[in-house]
Amino acid sequence: MQAFTTLTGIAAPLPKANVDTDQIIPARFLKSISRQGFGKNLFANFRYREDGSENPDFVLNQEPYRRAEILIAFENFGCGSSREHAPWALLDFGIRCVIAPDFADIFHNNCFKNGILPVRLPKEVCAQLMEDAKLGANARITVDLEREVVVRPNGEEIPFKVDPLRRHLLLNGLDDIGQTLQHAPAIDSFEAKQKASQPWLYA
Amino acid sequence: MSAQKPRTLFDKIWDAHVVETLPDGTALLYIDLHLTHEVTTPQAFDGLRAAGRKVRRPDATLAVVDHNIATDDSRRTGIVDPESRLQVETLERNVAEFGVPYIPLLDDRQGIVHVIGPELGRSLPGMTIVCGDSHTSTHGAMGALAFGIGTSEVEHVLATQTLLQKPAKNMRISVDGNLAFGCSAKDIILAIIGRIGTAGGTGHVIEYAGDAIRALDMAGRMTVCNMSIEGGARAGMVAPDQTTYDYIARTPNGPKGAALARAIEWWKTLPSDPGAHFDTEVRLNAHEIAPQVTWGTNPEAVLPITGVVPNPADEPDEAKRAQMQRMIEYMGLTPGQRLQDLKVDVVFIGSCTNSRIEDIRAAAAIAKGRKVAEGVRAMVVPGSGLVKKAAEAEGLDRILKEAGFEWREAGCSMCLGMNPDKLTPGQRSASTSNRNFEGRQGPGGRTHLLSPAMAAAAAVAGRLADVRDYQPKEAL
Repeated sequence: MQAFTTLTGIAAPLPKANVDTDQIIPARFLKSISRQGFGKNLFANFRYREDGSENPDFVLNQEPYRRAEILIAFENFGCGSSREHAPWALLDFGIRCVIAPDFADIFHNNCFKNGILPVRLPKEVCAQLMEDAKLGANARITVDLEREVVVRPNGEEIPFKVDPLRRHLLLNGLDDIGQTLQHAPAIDSFEAKQKASQPWLYA
Repeated sequence: MSAQKPRTLFDKIWDAHVVETLPDGTALLYIDLHLTHEVTTPQAFDGLRAAGRKVRRPDATLAVVDHNIATDDSRRTGIVDPESRLQVETLERNVAEFGVPYIPLLDDRQGIVHVIGPELGRSLPGMTIVCGDSHTSTHGAMGALAFGIGTSEVEHVLATQTLLQKPAKNMRISVDGNLAFGCSAKDIILAIIGRIGTAGGTGHVIEYAGDAIRALDMAGRMTVCNMSIEGGARAGMVAPDQTTYDYIARTPNGPKGAALARAIEWWKTLPSDPGAHFDTEVRLNAHEIAPQVTWGTNPEAVLPITGVVPNPADEPDEAKRAQMQRMIEYMGLTPGQRLQDLKVDVVFIGSCTNSRIEDIRAAAAIAKGRKVAEGVRAMVVPGSGLVKKAAEAEGLDRILKEAGFEWREAGCSMCLGMNPDKLTPGQRSASTSNRNFEGRQGPGGRTHLLSPAMAAAAAVAGRLADVRDYQPKEAL
């Protein structure tokens, strides 16, 4: 996993609540067996018209947001399905950070496993950042995970909080399976105890 | 945690599965059952292979194909769509390589992962159950802690049989009293989501309680728990009771005899203690719930079938007003329009929410002696091969086919628009599935969620209809 430390980039405003994972990547595009290549179908139902041509009204089809690395949206971002294809599609498009008032739990988890930072900020702050983002390429936003601040184009710093363990893993790009396997002896002894008390759980 | 402190059902299952607690409070949580399917596992098995890791407990893992497959006879001669075929073949290669038990497509036990887990007796009270699918919450009906995970977490569970988790908050939703005429579990859960909203349960595990929940059979409890995620909660659960134990005793692979008796002794200790703390409490009166139907593009946009399409002009909040306007446009509605006047093109009875034998019986009871309206395509998709066989043994397939319904093979089908069963743009469906998101059942498709009996009523009426007009009172 790619580490996330500090990112300065173009932010795309998506002023919608309840952006569900079927919007982020519709199910008909989940058939790939790879983690790559989902970016072209990110937000497919909004980005493309029925004949397959680009919808010029959708933000990610407009300059400079084709190069967006940050996405700003409203409440309950990533609700619905558990598909990790949603963060894979965001990442493949180039988005490394999503800022919203809150996130659905499974999507929130999935972001951290893929080097994407979800930042929770109050709705009015998101609205303000969206106004900044509307200024386009001249309005770059910085997201600094080390210091846990978002820096507006005018230099104002907005603090945010991330779970310390997740922050550590993300800052260092660590594989959490490797971390967990260091606890293998504890897992072994848990299983031995459980097998004795609940034998029906073991074939 | 002190032994004296009253604990919830969730607390007890959680405590019984903590392998270790890390310094920041994150728990290494042991997983008892890992269900897997073709869509969310290929990248996880790739990850294992790349790192030279094994599946830690194949005996606690079960694989099945459900999302991608056709639900007509074409499945017998191979999967037509090359990408779908590759995904299914990849799962078959992976389960063979890693020694994971697998139910193949043409096996009678094949079906939707959230139907077969309980049906086979693999999903049991007190367990932690995960699957790379958000509707894993279904298994909470057994009195288990069951939740959906992403593919990276699938890989983590395959390799370690654990997950790194922070404890959730406890929410109790009590549904008191008796359900009114014409209503079912689906109406309960839609009414709950209408009350708490699509993010009302975020960060929580929901325990469903109260007389109306207790009175539900296991299929009804599964319908309720299934849609917990539509209210934002990763997991929903119902405390195990005699209904649960009787159900397990009838399953092919559940514990039997002395093992079952010993298990029940433990399961009886699981229900929430009196005085246990819930961070959030919600109460509903069952008799106030009328048959429900969604009108918009998230499950919170729900109304009684007697309702009319709301008017955005009445919504004071600007963002909500804009969202409502967008929903009305997408769904092709007019404010003030009666829901019962909405003509439907397709009726879908199926999905992990409503495809069990009890659901098919409810649909057949309405369909019996009636005909699907002219121009309506109505399909019934059993949740598993075993459900299909049971329905056929009861003659339900004949009743439905005589009425003009398609009787299909088990799978996720038209719930999610990733297999051949899809809506075309502009088509309006009455669907027993769980999500009415834009494009969920196919790009441009318009979905109204409702119960199996309501869906059957819509099929014969050719429009959204009030099931109470189709159901003789004495039949209940």
